[in-house]
Amino acid sequence: MLKKMNKTTKSNFITYGIVIVAFVVMQTLISTGSISSLLEGIMVPICIYVIMAVSLNLVVGILGELSLGHAGFMCVGAFSSAFFSKCMRDVIENGALRFFLAMLIGIVVAAVFGILIGIPVLRLKGDYLAIVTLAFGEIIKNLVNVLFIGKDSNGFHFSTKDVMALNMEPDGTVIVNGPQGITGTPQDSTFLIGFIMILITLFIVLNLINSRDGRAIMAIRDNRIAAESVGINITKYKLMAFTISAALAGGAGVLYAHNLSTLTANTNNFGYNQSIMILVFVVLGGIGNIRGSIIAAVVLTLLPELLRGLQDYRMLIYAIVLIAMMLFNWAPKAIEWREKYLSFGRKKKEAVK
Amino acid sequence: MALLEVKNLGISFGGLRAVNAFDILIEKEELYGLIGPNGAGKTTVFNLLTGVYRPDTGKVILDGKDITGKKTIDISKAGIARTFQNIRLFKELSVLDNVKVGLHNKHHYSTLEGILRLPNHRKVEKEMDEQAMELLKVFNLEDAAHRKASNLPYGQQRRLEIARALATEPKLLLLDEPAAGMNPNETGELMDMIRFVRKNFHMTILLIEHDMKLVSGICEKLTVLNFGEVLCQGTTSEVLNDPQVITAYLGE
Repeated sequence: MLKKMNKTTKSNFITYGIVIVAFVVMQTLISTGSISSLLEGIMVPICIYVIMAVSLNLVVGILGELSLGHAGFMCVGAFSSAFFSKCMRDVIENGALRFFLAMLIGIVVAAVFGILIGIPVLRLKGDYLAIVTLAFGEIIKNLVNVLFIGKDSNGFHFSTKDVMALNMEPDGTVIVNGPQGITGTPQDSTFLIGFIMILITLFIVLNLINSRDGRAIMAIRDNRIAAESVGINITKYKLMAFTISAALAGGAGVLYAHNLSTLTANTNNFGYNQSIMILVFVVLGGIGNIRGSIIAAVVLTLLPELLRGLQDYRMLIYAIVLIAMMLFNWAPKAIEWREKYLSFGRKKKEAVK
Repeated sequence: MALLEVKNLGISFGGLRAVNAFDILIEKEELYGLIGPNGAGKTTVFNLLTGVYRPDTGKVILDGKDITGKKTIDISKAGIARTFQNIRLFKELSVLDNVKVGLHNKHHYSTLEGILRLPNHRKVEKEMDEQAMELLKVFNLEDAAHRKASNLPYGQQRRLEIARALATEPKLLLLDEPAAGMNPNETGELMDMIRFVRKNFHMTILLIEHDMKLVSGICEKLTVLNFGEVLCQGTTSEVLNDPQVITAYLGE
């Protein structure tokens, strides 16, 4: 029994360890100026994608439901927190406190959306669930695109038409400007904050998986009927996994919003392109494998940047690497080879048995 | 008072009357067999008792409480546990975790305590581990505790399913063809195990089985189902010598 406890704990510590070492190495490289500013600029996006991949893995790998609208929750977290930060820019002078509050707001709003969308969506399964989440993700993105919010001496004004329809006094400022989004969000996201957010995400997800609730969630994934027959509340645990996943994606959205000075919602950042991209990280890293998600997210975000010198061949090589990684991950021969040579003495014991 | 009292239970699927006017009376700590040809409606009766289907007619009373038409989860809490004809384990979980899922409603700590690893989490998990290991020992599975459930041999998977059902601390255990696919040796072990469970856990057991050796060996009473209706009911020797049963099911 102790052995087993140690095994999971050990595996979790390796995961934390990889993240911490990667952070320390990158931070040293940045402070000694040994990497390009371009590479330095994608450190926060990498953190965002890692959080997105890990949180999506909670739904896809642990709950076992395919969700294609994950970027929608990121969008909700991004816009709600950017809205808050912009409104409070002059009220709360302390940048750290303001960002902390913005983070909380982004996470809570995304969680609320997770519950609201989860209640109808989780009645479906499989392909149907995937398609409906895809639709919800698109709805969120498109709603944000027609949202106009302004503020003047009379308070807030809302519209879904255009800026003129806000009917503001001359002293009013537009905060959310439809397709032009939110401009002038304070750029509070740093690599350090991103790193801390990754650790928090990992802490929540890994501990959830190895608890009573996590077991119930995985039991539903493995056999719904049997889970029900031993008295597991299916709806409750599905919703729990979905909501926690949405909340964490909201946190990633907050990082995203505070990394750019202009926040707009388009297909590439909050649309299905992004959702599929994150799903690629999850599938490539191994469904249900949290550490794999982290590695896949880092490698696949870095790769296009590192290959920038190859210009036109960039996406070709990216695609080839994708295929190669997929083969290495899933081909039976490759798995056999990995277990033989890269097992670190872990799988060998099982084989002897 | 009987532990399980079923009166006039029935359900139709479209035009098909799958189960009709089904009555059964099971006393505490009784080992009761439900037999009948394929398609007679035995598993449907189990599904009706556990809330997978809602009955059209009739009443199910467990230990004095009416549980007719309740949801599966409430029936599990009321005290009926079951196994399945085609094994339904949590394949990706370890053997130990399978049993711990069965213990889910008997041990509590909040989600927050679990995520933050508060002391209560460790305490309750330890209790769960101990209790689950005890159950695994009963079924000779303690050596396999950390293996993935899907990697177990067939006979052990069947036993694990019973262990998981017992983890919910039921009043009534329903076994759906526990000996299906087992060789005579394994069936013999299984019979001992069922007797042991009944004696040690003071369990009432209702089982569906085709293996007549097992049925006549351990069941005290039998109900024979044919075309969704009760053909014959009584003690095992009475039923197995009934001419109607012999023509309908056993063959001359």
